[in-house]
Amino acid sequence: MAPFAGFEMPIQYQGIVAEHQACRTSAALFDVSHMGRLRFDGEGAEELLDHLLTRRVVGMPIGAVKYALMCNEEGGVLDDVLVSHLQTPSGSQYHLLVVNASNREKITRWIMPHLADFPKVTMSDRTALTAMIAIQGPRAVDVTSRLFRAKVDSLKRYRAVITDQFQKPVIVSRTGYTGEDGFELIVRAEEAKQVWENVMLAGRAAGFCAAGLGARDTLRLEAAMPLYGHELTEQIDPISAGLGFACNLEGRSFIGSQAIGKIASDGPSRVRIGLLPEGKRPVREGCPVLDDRGEKVGWVTSGAPSPTLGMPIAMAMVNASIGATKADWQASELQIDNRGNLQPATITQLPFYQPKEPKRSE
Amino acid sequence: MARKPSNLLYASSHEWADVEEVGGDKIATIGISAFAIEQLTDLVYMDLPKAGKKVVAGEEFGEVESVKAVSPLYSPVTGEVVSVHADLPNQLDDLKEDPYEFGWIIKVKLSDESCLSKLMDHAAYEKQCSEAG
Repeated sequence: MAPFAGFEMPIQYQGIVAEHQACRTSAALFDVSHMGRLRFDGEGAEELLDHLLTRRVVGMPIGAVKYALMCNEEGGVLDDVLVSHLQTPSGSQYHLLVVNASNREKITRWIMPHLADFPKVTMSDRTALTAMIAIQGPRAVDVTSRLFRAKVDSLKRYRAVITDQFQKPVIVSRTGYTGEDGFELIVRAEEAKQVWENVMLAGRAAGFCAAGLGARDTLRLEAAMPLYGHELTEQIDPISAGLGFACNLEGRSFIGSQAIGKIASDGPSRVRIGLLPEGKRPVREGCPVLDDRGEKVGWVTSGAPSPTLGMPIAMAMVNASIGATKADWQASELQIDNRGNLQPATITQLPFYQPKEPKRSE
Repeated sequence: MARKPSNLLYASSHEWADVEEVGGDKIATIGISAFAIEQLTDLVYMDLPKAGKKVVAGEEFGEVESVKAVSPLYSPVTGEVVSVHADLPNQLDDLKEDPYEFGWIIKVKLSDESCLSKLMDHAAYEKQCSEAG
């Protein structure tokens, strides 16, 4: 167990590699209750969020979920989030923002002054009242769908619904942070244990296992998903981070849109790339990346041995001149300064791991 | 004859030493304990010194990396490396299976035996591990 953002978090249960492989071949359960959950009610909630986020929130249909960034005026990333538009069984509608645990306080402080411009909107922090469980893997959907009242196996990717599991209300979202198909559940905190056990029991024969933060990190790295504090910081803009797809710049303005628009049209000064370091030795966050003349051109943002590929993998932020195109990459052999040892590395297309198509349930 | 964990000396940093008399010299075979390997889990890389290198008790002589983290290897003894288990980094799964026999890492010719008095016996080491719980 390790302290993280005020929570005691499991790094691993039975071992990072075993948990990682369970997620890739069957399914793994993650307690992700540390993620911040902020609920927005009242008229104007979608306009408020539309002003704060890089994705268009106005007009999101009920059940839609979007990955978005919250930026400052300079285009620096304050956080990456999931925004959902939900409707309760009694018919009331609200928006839910899931933010990083380490950024929750910063984000609520950031939003507070903007709330004043939308007098009918209320923001409530649901983090302590609820728990969040991720079920991720190729068997996640077909094994667990029957536990829920709604037909959640027909939910599309990035869709969510409020339903219940044996009378316990639960938000089921077809999202995740592993590169696999699966669900993320939000339940009342006091019912979390029962919901977790129900899922575990349903998945026992299929080989479900509990997974900790360690496997979560290697899984998301193989899927080339950014982690705040690594690929994303207030000094990195969404375009450099390779997240242009998460910025709706056409016909709208939001905080940071001018700066991001300019970077998008001028081209970023840095780019996020994937690296395959030679040999077995993993490279780690912070290692300098050098070009063939030994000049520093960037740094490793995340690095680990890939359990799926059986070799080290890394993501790095490097000068844009290094490589937007594959032709550039072949011309430039990079090296990583791995604590004093120079380790050659080849640039590779992201992600390192491609999720298979979601399995149809029988 | 198999090396018995109960006959070895241990550093608080989880390395073991098996000290034998060979032709008038004291030679310590060094490895890491089963407890440490279990805590590290999923070893992926090991960086070892070359024969001839001088090592000092309590100072780093190599590195072992798991999926999650890099951990230094500290020498439990002072002396000169006379032999290195060079194949070990390619057989880290076997190290996990057999940390005391197959999993030896280096052999060191002691230059100063006083370092041995700072090491724990098996009972004291087991107590440390159970307290780390």
